[in-house]
Amino acid sequence: MERDFTKKKPRWFEGAMEGLLFAAAAAAIAIVLGIVYVVVSESTKFFAQVSVIEFLTSTTWTPLFDNPQYGIAPLLTGTFMSTLVALAVAVPLGLLVAIYLSEFAGPRTRETIKPTLELLAAVPTVVYGYFALLFVTPLLQGWLRPFGIELPSFNLLSAGMVMGLMIIPYIASLSEDAMRAVPRSMREGSYAMGATRLETAFRVVVPAAVSGVVGAIILGMSRAIGETMIVVVAGGQLPQMVTSPTQQGATVTAFIAQVALGDLPFGTLEYNSIFAAGLALLVLTLMFNFVAFWLQRRYREAY
Amino acid sequence: MTAIDAQQVRDITAHPPGLAARKFKDSAFIIWGIVATIIGLGTLVTLVTDLFTDGGHRLTMAFFSSFPSSEPAQAGILSAWVGSLLVIFTTALFAIPIGILAGIYLEEYAPKNPVTSAIEIAVNNLAGVPSILFGLMAVGIFVQFLGNPNRWFGFLPQGFREAGADLFGQSILTAGITLSLLILPVIIVATREAVRGVPQEIRHAALAVGATKWQSTQHHVLPYALPGVVTGVIIGISRALGETAPLIMIGGLTFVAFLPITRPGDATFETIGVLDEYGAAVDPAATETVRIAHDGVVVLPDFTELPVQAGETVDLPHGSTGQSVATLGDSIGSMNPAHWLGQEFTVMPIQMFNWTSRPQAEFLEIAAAAGIVLLFITLLMNGTAIYLRYRLRKSIKW
Repeated sequence: MERDFTKKKPRWFEGAMEGLLFAAAAAAIAIVLGIVYVVVSESTKFFAQVSVIEFLTSTTWTPLFDNPQYGIAPLLTGTFMSTLVALAVAVPLGLLVAIYLSEFAGPRTRETIKPTLELLAAVPTVVYGYFALLFVTPLLQGWLRPFGIELPSFNLLSAGMVMGLMIIPYIASLSEDAMRAVPRSMREGSYAMGATRLETAFRVVVPAAVSGVVGAIILGMSRAIGETMIVVVAGGQLPQMVTSPTQQGATVTAFIAQVALGDLPFGTLEYNSIFAAGLALLVLTLMFNFVAFWLQRRYREAY
Repeated sequence: MTAIDAQQVRDITAHPPGLAARKFKDSAFIIWGIVATIIGLGTLVTLVTDLFTDGGHRLTMAFFSSFPSSEPAQAGILSAWVGSLLVIFTTALFAIPIGILAGIYLEEYAPKNPVTSAIEIAVNNLAGVPSILFGLMAVGIFVQFLGNPNRWFGFLPQGFREAGADLFGQSILTAGITLSLLILPVIIVATREAVRGVPQEIRHAALAVGATKWQSTQHHVLPYALPGVVTGVIIGISRALGETAPLIMIGGLTFVAFLPITRPGDATFETIGVLDEYGAAVDPAATETVRIAHDGVVVLPDFTELPVQAGETVDLPHGSTGQSVATLGDSIGSMNPAHWLGQEFTVMPIQMFNWTSRPQAEFLEIAAAAGIVLLFITLLMNGTAIYLRYRLRKSIKW
């Protein structure tokens, strides 16, 4: 059988394929717009009844009371406190691991430890919540009692610490990538001047990789801000102005989840209030994404 | 020039002062690095050990084949794992094709223009959006908007509105779509990296012998990129499997004692006519002619039982209930997605969360047991992905 190789193939299929591929990619924009639209439009209904000033300045959050008060501050203090604890755990540990793996460990050690550590980020957060509530809290209660600190069974300390363990791989892995991207010649220059490995690591490699390291920390931080289940399970759900990590407190995310666990009557102020809290969360995370982006451009070292 | 001060002359071949101390700091730092690594890895080990000591003894066959119950000794995760399976299946159905196609577009097709940069910014930002915000979006769009067609789409024909109300709302379909949006960035980024890793020569060779752009992509680029793509898909799916918050938002139930699909031997109930909230017929005088599909019993409104046989045609008053036992055929029929996509559901993380938030110690034990199952599956999937990535790096030498 003879085939006519000069015959042109149909071109419409190529165009259709390209259209399909574009539609799939454009879905990403649609999702972002969908999130922003829903959160903003439902919040608008909320702010039609509650003034923005009250929302931003009141220090009481009691949407379920007869005389409801809507001040976002208690939820924000809860979020900041748990995030602060998480960073206090994850930044030193993550950076130690990153510097050790990038500057001191051999390639085989690095190839084994890095993926194993990444499993920490794969553990379902509800499992972490269980761990924080039933393992870390009793442990901390035992440790803190001799110092006269009675840790309540719901507290932001253990929730934050477990969150910190969860984000170690984000900080360690991405910082290590940034450090390894520092050219070898810079290290060799430093060694040639008589510096030890540790001196080279802290005075040459880390400063050169600072944009990547800061980006990694901010990414970990925005994970901590958005984390829900650990704080819902272990942090307690009492919205109060948090001043110490040993207190219990509600985060923005914990409040949203708590309301959703009950009946969610459409169109009520209570229903709209979770979207207002969601808007605060969205603004917060987008802000940190933007700061990370800006820092990376501002402090990028080009080689 | 004055004479060289004797004090300034140093033997440069000698060790500089303080070197021993500086070298010691080097070794001390290595110990700190190892300690930090051990804390990280130790967390994983402690987590697994803790779950096993708390709940290991509850991992029996009965645990997998029982519904949740108010009696912790009899409670199990049957409805939870079946629900997780169906939700994840739906998630994969949406996320895998859209994610891969979007990744290919951005790497192979996208022109350098503002639209492309907008898509890239969207993908990068989505990866950092907290999962609970995806839940809020799902509540607004899938549960309240698409799930209440009577409120918003009054102009559509009745049939459309009923189908919409059946499928959306607090359903498996809503959960599947929501999770697929959540893991889309993971799959897109993995696909892009895998496609970028395929050398340019392969595309040139295909184009040189007359392949079109899509033919070159489909037959030459994609096969080489596949292991990388699969790695991303596995990581994305395992993330969806462990997600709790967005599913709580859209109203995943915490107590489900039924399965979205029917098992052979399950009792089935079917009511006849329009019933009020107490289960009585709105119009007791009305009757309906029904053709019986299975042998069984019909309970009439006055509670008398009427045995029926398959193939019979009977007149039944409204308010009657047909009771029979599901056959294998019924069971296979119920696997049709049209049957289960619109049903309410629970998933394993929600079940575990529910048990964790109860005060009784027995419930905490089964929460731990559910945690072991969840952890085992997610770590297994991630382990597979890591192994694939490792093999990939070893085997492909361009």
